[in-house]
Amino acid sequence: MAIPGPEEIFCHKLANGITILARENPTSPSVVVSGYLRVGTYDERDEQAGLADFTASALTRGTARRTFDQIYEQIESVGATLGFSAGSHRTSFGAKSLAEDLPLVLDVLADVLRQPTFPPQEVEKLRGEILTELEERAHDTRRMAALAFRELAYPQGHPYRRSHIGYPETIAAITRDDLVRFYQGGYGPQELLIVIVGSISPGRACELVEQALGDWQGNVFSRAPLPPVPPIDAVRQRYVPIPGKTQTDIVLGYPGPSRMEPDFLDAVLCNTILGVFGMMGRLGNVVREQQGLAYYVYSQIEGGFDRGAWRAIAGVDPAHVERALEGIRGEIRRICQEPVAAEELNDSRDFLIGSLPLRLETNEGVAQAILDMVLYDLGLDYLQRYESLLRAVTPERVQAAAQKWLNADAYALGMAGPPLT
Amino acid sequence: MGLRKTVFDNGLTVLVKDVHTAPVASFWVWYRVGSGREGPGVTGISHWVEHMLFKGTPRWPRGLADQAISRQGGVWNAFTWYDHTCFFATLPASKIELEIEIEADRMVNTIFDPQEVEAERTVIISERQGAENDPLFLLSEEVMAAAFRVHPYGHETIGYMGDLERMSRDDLYRHYRTYYVPSNAIAVAVGDFDPAAMLDLIHKHFDPLPATEPPQPLTVVEPPQRGERRLVLEGEGNTAYLSTVFHAPPPASPDFYPLLVLDSVLSGGGISIMGGSSSNKTSRLYRALVDSELAVDVSGSVIPTVDPFVYSLTATVRDGRTPAEVEERLWVELARVAEEPISAEELTRAIKQAKAHFAYSSESVTGQALWLGWSEVFADHSWFEGFLERLSAVTPEDVQRVARSVVRRSNSTTGWYVPS
Repeated sequence: MAIPGPEEIFCHKLANGITILARENPTSPSVVVSGYLRVGTYDERDEQAGLADFTASALTRGTARRTFDQIYEQIESVGATLGFSAGSHRTSFGAKSLAEDLPLVLDVLADVLRQPTFPPQEVEKLRGEILTELEERAHDTRRMAALAFRELAYPQGHPYRRSHIGYPETIAAITRDDLVRFYQGGYGPQELLIVIVGSISPGRACELVEQALGDWQGNVFSRAPLPPVPPIDAVRQRYVPIPGKTQTDIVLGYPGPSRMEPDFLDAVLCNTILGVFGMMGRLGNVVREQQGLAYYVYSQIEGGFDRGAWRAIAGVDPAHVERALEGIRGEIRRICQEPVAAEELNDSRDFLIGSLPLRLETNEGVAQAILDMVLYDLGLDYLQRYESLLRAVTPERVQAAAQKWLNADAYALGMAGPPLT
Repeated sequence: MGLRKTVFDNGLTVLVKDVHTAPVASFWVWYRVGSGREGPGVTGISHWVEHMLFKGTPRWPRGLADQAISRQGGVWNAFTWYDHTCFFATLPASKIELEIEIEADRMVNTIFDPQEVEAERTVIISERQGAENDPLFLLSEEVMAAAFRVHPYGHETIGYMGDLERMSRDDLYRHYRTYYVPSNAIAVAVGDFDPAAMLDLIHKHFDPLPATEPPQPLTVVEPPQRGERRLVLEGEGNTAYLSTVFHAPPPASPDFYPLLVLDSVLSGGGISIMGGSSSNKTSRLYRALVDSELAVDVSGSVIPTVDPFVYSLTATVRDGRTPAEVEERLWVELARVAEEPISAEELTRAIKQAKAHFAYSSESVTGQALWLGWSEVFADHSWFEGFLERLSAVTPEDVQRVARSVVRRSNSTTGWYVPS
């Protein structure tokens, strides 16, 4: 099949604000449904951290038509999946089933979106599960290093600073009424995106969504602008000691470009060279291959609506933390100071272009690609333009992106591991 | 679309299947060696040798092969587990010869430079240290060591720290020379190509490799377990875990299919080996342990292996509860499944879930190649193709019979992880 573009992606808007996207894949036995609601951690206050995700998780705990048991009885008995997760600007949902079970899945999806009842006993069960997960997180070096990084990199009051699943004290304080209020204020069809990919015709997919959600009315929160994210001007670091651990995890990074930033693809290429290409890019080559200091070391760029993180991540022997950090900072300095070689840029560009067919092999991959194009307003022809956009990136543009977003002498550094002696 | 199986003169088994749903192809080489073939002193050697295959040959010095694959947009990786070490790449279909050439080359020409061996020693020790940060790894390592007294399935694939510190370059090279031979390997290609042309390509690169005797098979048999085994592991953290494992029939046994259904009814989520990603909120153990607020999750695992392995159940204890309370309730459910047959509805649901998950797992060429190769290792490739048919033939009485023989106290090993 061709790279999906405006010719094969069916797009239809409903009067209540829902955008339906569909692409048929007749060779697949399954159908993937996924999408975004315009509600998220953006809409919670610092002292309510975790409220958006708690609400999203509680949707499937009971509705006016179905108990918790009945919801999952229907979903699980046909081998389908259904899940919700709150992000910062959006809450995502996803479902997968055999094609024959799509009407059932959409019926359950609409039910939990439109009339959840938040049964008190189920809310308490869920609270206990979240609190246990938070206990586990407190002893997970990877997650604690990532959390420390966020708190150092983003300003007070910004959703990127908070853990999206919250903290023990905030989760303990959230009441059932908070969930109901958050649902009533924030769950509605406005700006809702839903994409259906698989063995179903776009016309039929659209009809099913319209039946399920076409007459839904609801609200979304009005949003004040987020606090601006300033660049980091000094080294900010924190080490979270967790006695009994044998490895230290490191997250060193910065607020990076948003997905809509004009230099986003320059930054993506820069990141691919730094910590992705081949065996984890230049970082992998120095810290793992030459120095043998870490099993994993790589870099990652988040994008998103605001300045998502651009960071290097590594797990190292506590005795080697300083050497590994030197290696990471050295590579960041080099990519800021020296233009990358044309050949190295070509390699990373070829990787990104060549991997597109692999990303688009499955229904999930196609669905995510379509959602990204619409969510970030890239145009439905974006994937068709992708290769030429990448070909326009030069070593100068890569260096400019590195100099704009990275800095070897000023960064946020979260670490977690055994206490350092 | 059809599957072709061929054995070359040098003993290499080749499986080729064309699938034309996307312009991509996946090529794999599987070696019949993993941590389940390792003796004392060299635990972890299979995994370490896997790492060394990324360190270069004279033709493809370190770094060049992975860059060549990446340049074509491919994904490249390798896995070591109990019975196999495997290497693969998935690429745009027109570029797949690159991976075939690289795999044929490194089957026989990997250098094992002593300096590279030492650099990799610290990387692998770091990998083990990362695993040790996870209480569930520590618990699993103890429980498996208690469950297996003789068979090498009793140690984790990463190996013990003492062995990782002491193993030599010569140990590694000997292992490589012994097991990385065509007669001990399976090549698998799945994707958008002409199958006859694909077979020619594989022949071109692999047929010139010399024939060698296949390695000696492992003759260790785990003796029957005669009594319940228990252990308590104290460690850092605030969360307690429970793990119970039972010796169980392997996939070559007809009892394996009822075991899969038993697991589906107990721990849900469909057929776990198919990567069943469904939730398990209507399973018996979820209702008994999580709905009752004793645990926050429970999962089951059946892994297909060459020799008999274990059926395992794991639960995360809810804050404020104890492993003892979870275990007590667990045994009520285990007794019930042995005492009375599962219902017809439960059986129907398990089979429908399996059909869905089987379909999902076959959606990518990478997934199909994985299943063809893996099933050839532990049974033969027809195991995968006949899977749904044999699963559909399972009856409630079969499930009860297998539950009675497997889910017994005297066949169990239970470990608690308790925060100290």
